[in-house]
Amino acid sequence: MTVKLPIYMDNHATTRVDPRVVEKMLPYFSEIYGNAASKTHAFGRAAEEAVDKARVQLAKAIGASSDKEIVITSGATESDNLAIKGVAHMHREKGDHLITVCTEHKAVLDSHHALEREGFRTTFLKVKPDGLVDLAELEAAMTDQTILVSIMAVNNEIGVVQPLAEIGKLCKKRGILFFCDAAQAVGKIELNVEEMGIDLLAFTAHKMYGPKGIGALYVRRKNPRVRLEAMMHGGGHERGLRSGTLAVPLIVAFGEAAELITVNQAEETARLLALRERLWSGLQSQLQHIFLNGHATQRAPGSLNVSFAYVEGESLLMGISEIAVSSGSACTSASLEPSYVLKALGVDDELAHTSIRFGIGRFNTEEEIDYTIERVVDVVTRLREMSPLWEMVQEGIDLRTVNWTGH
Amino acid sequence: MAYSEKVLDHYNNPRNVGALPKDDPSVGTGVVGAPECGDVMKLQIKVGANGVIEDARFKTFGCGSAIASSSLATEWVKGKTLAEAALIRNTDIVQELNLPPIKIHCSVLAEDAIRAALADFAAKQEKNA
Repeated sequence: MTVKLPIYMDNHATTRVDPRVVEKMLPYFSEIYGNAASKTHAFGRAAEEAVDKARVQLAKAIGASSDKEIVITSGATESDNLAIKGVAHMHREKGDHLITVCTEHKAVLDSHHALEREGFRTTFLKVKPDGLVDLAELEAAMTDQTILVSIMAVNNEIGVVQPLAEIGKLCKKRGILFFCDAAQAVGKIELNVEEMGIDLLAFTAHKMYGPKGIGALYVRRKNPRVRLEAMMHGGGHERGLRSGTLAVPLIVAFGEAAELITVNQAEETARLLALRERLWSGLQSQLQHIFLNGHATQRAPGSLNVSFAYVEGESLLMGISEIAVSSGSACTSASLEPSYVLKALGVDDELAHTSIRFGIGRFNTEEEIDYTIERVVDVVTRLREMSPLWEMVQEGIDLRTVNWTGH
Repeated sequence: MAYSEKVLDHYNNPRNVGALPKDDPSVGTGVVGAPECGDVMKLQIKVGANGVIEDARFKTFGCGSAIASSSLATEWVKGKTLAEAALIRNTDIVQELNLPPIKIHCSVLAEDAIRAALADFAAKQEKNA
């Protein structure tokens, strides 16, 4: 087997910029370098035209009805902050209650924590064991004081897809705004803000084969017109919602990345699904005691999060160091706590420590999948041979009955 | 995380992986840690009639530093008397393996595993005395 090493399979973390995107972006550094706000001369107008085109491409990728609904930001973290804090601050008179989910990205969770310090209240919904939100619980949490529901499209750790259209309907019925963090979703699943009743949506270029440092917030302008308080004040760019000179080359790249998605999504989804299926069935056919984390089918096509029981995640990563993946093991974080997302699913800490997240993307090949299967099987087998837990299980000992000396 | 050369060496070529018969009166077994904390170490010693540790084995569920710490511990206890083995400190392991602060608990666990194995052996001796 000839596979070029190392293999990149951590596409939830970031993606390689598509060469077609790089090509489109480059002239905007040294040839078309005007400030998009300089409308009085040709340099500025050329830059503005490029930004306008990108805005249309971005709007189209998420089914927005107008390119005026796209606010350019530095990335999903900024978009998350702007949406949540911007809505809360604007609608403080209407209500002080927000709803989100405990498996959201830290940018969403921490924005809520910041608002709580200002006196807002947040309900953090739990999830079902498959990682999905319970719609009845969501509906029950809504009050007359609720101003915003923030629920992500695709989870960054386990890849599950939340029932967005149903959530949108519930929000509409109660007149509550619906914000969706779609950083992991654009280009991975079908997204349409109109059909799904999404009022605000955050996304970022670097998760969809574009560059880092550029993102957007979709802000609905009709039915209802969403009003936000800006966080960044200055020259009044982005209709006053986000001041700061536009990063024209990055915006052009972001637009092109969106264009590639719009054109190729169905084909790409089918290809990623096939690769993921190949990986999962390959692992399952050769290893016992492995578990899929999150809903089996309602998940982004390239996403697979697996617990390899009795093998600690970081030691597994070390053994397959030529393959870039990530782990929910505490040892890979600074906190010594295993993944809060897996915990929220009710996955035992013990199994959370053994989880690996595979993020298959546009540039992965079948050969890479086969190589990954072979290496993971080898290393898991080797590590199980030196695992006291595996030994106990082979001896028929129930690990729950052991009196452990935790430290 | 960047691993030290020594951690990588122990991870790739662990010394003394395996098991000794735990019911053998000359074998002391220590099992420390907990699966939900992400590391469990089993360390065993086989003690000769002269009170010298003749052999040692380990199995570890844990990160690379935990595997390296226990592998090193088995190397170090071999050939030592029980009293000498009891003097091995986690700080010695930290120094030898160049463990970063976040991995110090791995070395603590290895020291605990040595002590647990020594205590198990002593308990067996007392029972058989």
